[in-house]
Amino acid sequence: METGKQKTFVDKIWDVFASVKLAAVIFAVIACTSMVGTVLEQNAEPAKNIRILVKFFGESAAPAAYEFFSRLGFLDMYHSWWFLFLLFLFCSNLIVCSIDRLPRIWKLVTAPIHPLTPDHLDKMSIKRTLTLKGKGGAADLVAASLKAIGFKPAEAEVDKDRQFYAEKGNYTRLGVYITHLSILVIIAGAIAGVFFGFNAFLNLPEGQTSSVAHKEGGKEIPLGFEIRCDNFDVEYYGESDMPKAYKSWLTVLRNGQVVMQKAIVVNDPLTYEGITFYQSSFGTVPDSAAHGIAILRAVSRDGRSEEIHARVGDTFSIPGAGIQGRIVNFSPALSVDQNGRPFTYDENMINPALFIEFTGPGQRFSGWIFKRLDRTWQLPDGNRVEFLNFWGVRYTGMQVRKDPGVWIVYLGCIIMAIGLYITFFMSHRRIWVNVSEEKGQSKIFIAASAHRNRAAFERTIEKLVGMLVAGHKGGTK
Amino acid sequence: MNSSVLFGLSTVAYVLAMILYIAYLAFRQNQVGIIATVITMAGFVAQTFAILLRWKEFYEIGQMGILRAIPLTNLYESLIFFVWCLILAYLVVEFRYRNRSFGAFVTPIASLVLAFIDISGMSTNIQPLVPALQSNWLLVHVMMSFISYALFAISFSTGLMYLIVKTEKRNEPAYIFWTAAAGIFIIVLAAMGLDYMTFKLSVKNQEELIKSYLFRATFRNEAGFIAVVSYAIAAAFMYLVWRYGMVLKKIISGFDLSTETLDDITYKSIAMGFPIFTLGGLIFGAIWADQAWGKYWSWDPKETWSLITWFFYAFYLHSRLMRGWKGKKVAMVAVLGFVAVIFTYLGVNLLLSGLHSYGAQ
Ligand code: HEM
Repeated sequence: METGKQKTFVDKIWDVFASVKLAAVIFAVIACTSMVGTVLEQNAEPAKNIRILVKFFGESAAPAAYEFFSRLGFLDMYHSWWFLFLLFLFCSNLIVCSIDRLPRIWKLVTAPIHPLTPDHLDKMSIKRTLTLKGKGGAADLVAASLKAIGFKPAEAEVDKDRQFYAEKGNYTRLGVYITHLSILVIIAGAIAGVFFGFNAFLNLPEGQTSSVAHKEGGKEIPLGFEIRCDNFDVEYYGESDMPKAYKSWLTVLRNGQVVMQKAIVVNDPLTYEGITFYQSSFGTVPDSAAHGIAILRAVSRDGRSEEIHARVGDTFSIPGAGIQGRIVNFSPALSVDQNGRPFTYDENMINPALFIEFTGPGQRFSGWIFKRLDRTWQLPDGNRVEFLNFWGVRYTGMQVRKDPGVWIVYLGCIIMAIGLYITFFMSHRRIWVNVSEEKGQSKIFIAASAHRNRAAFERTIEKLVGMLVAGHKGGTK
Repeated sequence: MNSSVLFGLSTVAYVLAMILYIAYLAFRQNQVGIIATVITMAGFVAQTFAILLRWKEFYEIGQMGILRAIPLTNLYESLIFFVWCLILAYLVVEFRYRNRSFGAFVTPIASLVLAFIDISGMSTNIQPLVPALQSNWLLVHVMMSFISYALFAISFSTGLMYLIVKTEKRNEPAYIFWTAAAGIFIIVLAAMGLDYMTFKLSVKNQEELIKSYLFRATFRNEAGFIAVVSYAIAAAFMYLVWRYGMVLKKIISGFDLSTETLDDITYKSIAMGFPIFTLGGLIFGAIWADQAWGKYWSWDPKETWSLITWFFYAFYLHSRLMRGWKGKKVAMVAVLGFVAVIFTYLGVNLLLSGLHSYGAQ
């Protein structure tokens, strides 16, 4: 900013936004308000948050506190006007601050390095002097050694001395700006997602098709195609009830034509025309046991097999065995109590089992067969009934998302990674080496600076000194 | 030999090393310091093998690829890995700066974490992965998060030491800050220890202990009298720390650790930790959330606290650039940053609710 002249109002505003102090204040405000936002549950029903507030303010003051936080928008704070305003301030601060400083930094980046007078060199942060005995050769040695540590030195005459000077990594000064730019890119991507995308969910029962998803609050979003859930299943670890995988077999249809099929699991969604389906939950359709279809494979003693679809109450026969099975009962989660009596321990289909009565010429037996325990599939007469599935009673719960901004966000993330790497692990390094020959010896003066990680550069300089000393000894031998 | 024996050995080694480092700090006997370093290294080697063994055990049980079997899937395993990173970072610093005096600050953190594992009785069993954790991003996300946490822990201890050495007067804000921070830290730990001793028998798991019984033995005791006494004792303790904090200063400043070195280590570990945290903690976490839940950012408490932590350290980096902020104020930000880390890591799981499943087992 110009000095001397009276500052205009706009200048003053600009100065405020160009200051790192404002950035610090914004960091602090965003951090503190976000803390409140994590204690109060966002978008929850009032009772929940009142219970939380009772812990802090006591029974009597909690409703008033609730009213207070609710007025201030803390119950959905990340979408409140003031939080968005904070983000807006944050971005303006970042942009103005960068524009304000960029010209100066740009000059540092692009201005070529000059030879410097000894007075100037004295002000550098890294300095070394050494004396090499014997005439000549020192200048060449310096040039070669500078090349060996990765610099391309230029040469000049300064006060009758020869000076070699070089720089490296001048563009690394821009690392901070790349980092800051990436934040803006990410925010831009997030905004694009909000405006041009949607977040919805879809509970799709097995066998059903939908051409819409639902937003929170119930609004329908047309997908532009149809999606069908062919099957849903949960895999477990061994015989425990610890889930290993939730899996939905999906089919995408266009005008009744199958265009895509995929089985999705958590961490592996399906994407079609920019809309992505994520496995997120599942459940049981109410009063469903009656409609469910048991999918069985009956395998006779002599190896003939047949797939069977049957409902509770239906009868089927095992091929060629002359034996009939009637499905009497179904339990979504069957276990056995201490007295050996079976009981259903969960409404969800955790451990489905069918009770089947078999009748044949001169024999009659019955029992439970479990989907997850194949040892129960073997019948006493040597035939087998495999319980493959109980279909049509569960729905898969899917997160449905369209987010054209996500690639911008990822691009921002990549830029940020690059920016941070440059900022913290690279630096602008400059070095000047003065060689003066007097009385049969060479005096060498090294001056250098690095805008960051000076210690690392100092180690490089030590290496250079070592090379000069060693190279000189080698030359005089 | 199985992994738990090796874990036990490394725990013993770290606790022993802590005692030796403190003895070294107090008596300045070089041999003691060397033994402390050797024991720390031995513990580190044992722990490394223990982690590798557990990885192998997990791989054999877990029925999935070797990358997904990395033992970083529950609170216990992540705490162990945190300690491993912390000790590694400390050993690097010890050799780089040829100074072992702040081993006396780092090994207690390691020992406390290991003691916390032991006291809280958390499950140390190998558990198979729930579906949400079956992602290759788990490996990089959790690993890089903990590497950065360890680096932040280093900056916390050097930042605290910087404040201890640099403060002159008892009425100075920085002095009040560090005595309060250290005092509260110790009081909270002591109160949790009392909770544990009082309620351990009646509570089935650590989750329940912390969620429903935190400070019930002391500050939130049903008997009002005990609660009041607890507050009084805490206040008296804070006063004592404040009154005699200078003793600690004498011990530390007797050492050949310049304040510039402390400041330098604080900055360097944050300058390493910040990019690693950004990439591993935030970016990879977002990518993973995107794949698992269909939202790269959902403002759940764990995510938000990671962001808060990130802001703290961004604040730290920027405050170094502000006029009049060099030195003590910046060191205070570094100390507060680690408080945010602890809360992100433990507090969120234990006190708030959300999607992240650590600690929920
Ligand atoms: C309100 C927005 C922000 C403003 C105005 C701002 C401004 C600045 C300025 C002026 C610098 C100094 C550049 C120099 O060294 O010449 C800087 C450095 C830096 N900024 Fe920001 N910044 C902002 C937000 C952020 C955020 C959110 C991050 C998080 C990644 C960040 C990361 C950095 C880093 C890593 C440095 C380098 C620090 C160092 O020199 O040690 N900035 N920032």
